[in-house]
Amino acid sequence: MSTPAHASTKPYIIGFVLSLLLTTEAYILTTSHSFATGTIIIIVLVLAIVQLLVQLFFFLHLDRMAKTPWNILMFVFMAFTVSLVIFASLWIMKNLDYGHTHPAEQTSQYLKNNEDL
Amino acid sequence: MSNDAEVLAEVQPIIDGDQFQNKTIFGFWVYLMTDLVLFASLFATFAVLHNNTAGGPGGAELFKLPYVLIETILLLTSSFSAGLGQLAARRRDKTQVLIWFGITFVLGAAFLGLELHEFSNLAAEGHSWARSGFLSAFFTLVGTHGAHIASGLIWMALLLVRVAQKGVTPRMIKRLSLLSLFWHMLDVVWIFIFTIVYLLGVL
Repeated sequence: MSTPAHASTKPYIIGFVLSLLLTTEAYILTTSHSFATGTIIIIVLVLAIVQLLVQLFFFLHLDRMAKTPWNILMFVFMAFTVSLVIFASLWIMKNLDYGHTHPAEQTSQYLKNNEDL
Repeated sequence: MSNDAEVLAEVQPIIDGDQFQNKTIFGFWVYLMTDLVLFASLFATFAVLHNNTAGGPGGAELFKLPYVLIETILLLTSSFSAGLGQLAARRRDKTQVLIWFGITFVLGAAFLGLELHEFSNLAAEGHSWARSGFLSAFFTLVGTHGAHIASGLIWMALLLVRVAQKGVTPRMIKRLSLLSLFWHMLDVVWIFIFTIVYLLGVL
């Protein structure tokens, strides 16, 4: 009996194997310390994003979801909000942190140099 | 039930693999997206506070990576088996639904058990959420994910009892699809907890 494409276990097996490989690769990379820390951070983050895409396509069937505009709209809005929440928070807190973790004199010097105050 | 035929017509897109055509699935999808925004705010909090250890230990001293790798593989495998369970539900194959979601339940419970063990060890060593900003953010982020897993397990247990009693009815196909969406989404969130909290935390 042939299974129709949408009921096949194949995408799940591909997604599972790829996810396992990506997870162990990130793990080995982190524990082996074979690269500079900065390089490892970038590679590990890229591996996480690749795994996100793998699971979105093979487990959550984003390709089939793409046929329904409202679902895609919600997804894009979520992605926008998530990136705003994360990156804007980090940006704001980094600036705020600078003001708190340095002596007042150094902060005002920084403001004088960078903000024209 | 008299409206079984109506429900069957409604879940037909799910059976055909076009689950996003179903309104209930769409409503649940909207919930999942907002849940991800909640997790994003907890990730942002963690990212801001991860160096605020108040003189206490940081991730490098506290986290045992091999332990977390096992947790990750358990959860990943449970996401895979939930996917196969959902396929079985669409075929209305009661035995396979019980087997695959049963496996998912066991793996999910094992994951939660390991996580609670880790939490209680940390707390027993004096590294509870009250210790530092870093640990508060850690327990809130990972604990919120764990609470989702716990509620997913309760949901799964209830559905499995119903399936065992009544078989895979059209309503059950819909519920099992919602559950597997929820479960896949929790696995996606865990990828980022594993990477950002644990892997980058020990560097």
